Amino acid sequence: MARKHREIGKAGWGYTAVTTFVGFIYFFPVFWIILTAFKTRTDALAVPPKLFFTPTLDNFTSVFYRTSISTGNSQATDMGLYFFNSIFIAGTSVGLALIVGTLAAYAFSRYPLRGNDTYLFIILTTRMMPPIVVIIPIFLMFRLSGLAGSYWGIILLYTAFNIPFSVWLVKSFFDELNPEIEDAARIDGSTEGRVFFRFCIPQILAGLAATFVFGLILTWNEFLFALLLTGVETRTVPVAMARTMGGEVGVDYGLLAAIVTLFLIPIFFVTFLLQNQLLRGVTFGTVKK
Amino acid sequence: MTIELKNLTKRFGTLTAVDSVDLSIGDGEVLCLLGPSGCGKTTTLRMVAGLELATEGQVLLDDKDVTQRTARDRNVAMSFQFYALYPSLTVAENLAFPLHGEKLGKAEIDKRVAKISDTLQLGGILNRTPGQLAEGEKQRVAVGRSIIRDPTCFLFDEPLSRLDVQLREEMRGEIKLVLQDLSRPTVIVTHDQLEALTMADRIAVMRDGRIEQVDTPHNVFTRPNNLFVAGFIGTPQMNLLPATLVSAKESGIAEFAIDGGQSMTIEVDPRVTELSPGAKVTLGIRPRNLEISHEAIDGGLSTVIDMVEPMGAETLAHLSAGKHDLRLVTDWRVPLAEGDKVHTRFAPKTTHIFTEDEQVLRTP
Repeated sequence: MARKHREIGKAGWGYTAVTTFVGFIYFFPVFWIILTAFKTRTDALAVPPKLFFTPTLDNFTSVFYRTSISTGNSQATDMGLYFFNSIFIAGTSVGLALIVGTLAAYAFSRYPLRGNDTYLFIILTTRMMPPIVVIIPIFLMFRLSGLAGSYWGIILLYTAFNIPFSVWLVKSFFDELNPEIEDAARIDGSTEGRVFFRFCIPQILAGLAATFVFGLILTWNEFLFALLLTGVETRTVPVAMARTMGGEVGVDYGLLAAIVTLFLIPIFFVTFLLQNQLLRGVTFGTVKK
Repeated sequence: MTIELKNLTKRFGTLTAVDSVDLSIGDGEVLCLLGPSGCGKTTTLRMVAGLELATEGQVLLDDKDVTQRTARDRNVAMSFQFYALYPSLTVAENLAFPLHGEKLGKAEIDKRVAKISDTLQLGGILNRTPGQLAEGEKQRVAVGRSIIRDPTCFLFDEPLSRLDVQLREEMRGEIKLVLQDLSRPTVIVTHDQLEALTMADRIAVMRDGRIEQVDTPHNVFTRPNNLFVAGFIGTPQMNLLPATLVSAKESGIAEFAIDGGQSMTIEVDPRVTELSPGAKVTLGIRPRNLEISHEAIDGGLSTVIDMVEPMGAETLAHLSAGKHDLRLVTDWRVPLAEGDKVHTRFAPKTTHIFTEDEQVLRTP
């Protein structure tokens, strides 16, 4: 098929304009939140909204140190702990899900069971119903087992949520590999463990990175279960964020925007760090020779 | 060193991929498993390698029963259709990888890699990764990696199928030379008969999991045992013409009638007298053994030229004799034109007779 291709990196002005416009619409709310984080309370609530103002870092300070209106004393908030909780809980559970998911995916891909597809489907069904449907049974289970409010509880829950997704995604990466390479390694005297760790895993690192980031984004932003199942010590940022609303003096939009801005940074950082792998991960199989 | 397969059978569920295969391959012998895709040749090879375990039967390597051993414990070398080079390792590391199990010193490994890279002219690409190699180079590395050890046997799965025609011819000769030096039993799986005919000492033709014939390349071509082998080996394909025996003499001169009312007299195998007149047979004759003339030939067929395909040194012509088509290959200088009426004769003693059970009728 002779189809004319535009030179890479030279899209027409029309394409560029449309893309920029759509991109702007998508990014504008985020941009506005980041702006708000640098505004004073008066600027944040100004009508009409102000695009130009004198930036302040007060909101960021008050994320971690709060001056009580009644006493005037400055005191540390627990926000540092909540950020740690979010990072620790999301990182651990997505990591665990990735390990379990990768092992399961390898088994599903290379050693199919009788009724393999049925098992895969069953795994997926756990993600089919809206999470809110299962929240009451899960809440009761957590209360009875004493997992409510503990790190282990919420980590296990998030791990369980992420496993189906990890299995499916990672399996597709294993399916794309040329099994001859594994056979060759076996012929050349490798054990099954060596075949897996030395030859299979390195070939799908990009896919694993992509799976990790997708899982991380989902878990990082999760609110509902975190609200019900975390305690004072294990609270995550989304829950803490919600609690700043309806404080002593109504919604402090500057403070909220500052938390959101800080909350964006880790995920942005991880995505940025893995962006090459991510690109390769999501296009896996489509650009192979 | 030898390979011996006894009653080897592989079933996947209800599908029998390989059905009671018996083969023995001697030291230094090159055997080609040849057959259409899905005939079980690759499965047979993988059972020899230990990548598939046999459902029934035995695999003996060097007289030791290895049927239940995994690939790792069989000490075989195998080269794969898609080369299966380790993508994250350089060419040199790829070559050295099979040696890791043998507890050799670095100096010894380097020496062996150097030797292989000399043999296969890999010197310039030792530090590249497989992604940076051309197809022919990948093939060379794959061959190099399989011959670097000193295994019991060598197995090649469709070694040349991914190369272009020119490279294929070049590599065919190169692999043949390498294999001669190795003097180990070698099995090559291929669907390309030219590859099999040129490289093999013996060819095993397979169909539907069964071996139809095992013989030298020459015999497989000139003395096919049955209709399948006759039709499968040789390009252009052998003419297979349904006919009815009219009469036969002790000398092997026989008269056959073909559909459309024509009959012809040809000299065939004397065993034709075992058939009674009226027996249904299939006559097989290579396109190069048909003789044509513009004058009537005694005992020949009158035919019409449907199509002429020049092939360079030779010309392929499609003739029709009544309802039947015949392919004829002749020297390019013979004038042939579409629509010409010509007379065709089957050259004496070149016609194979296949009985109704598709087996050949031939004096051993």
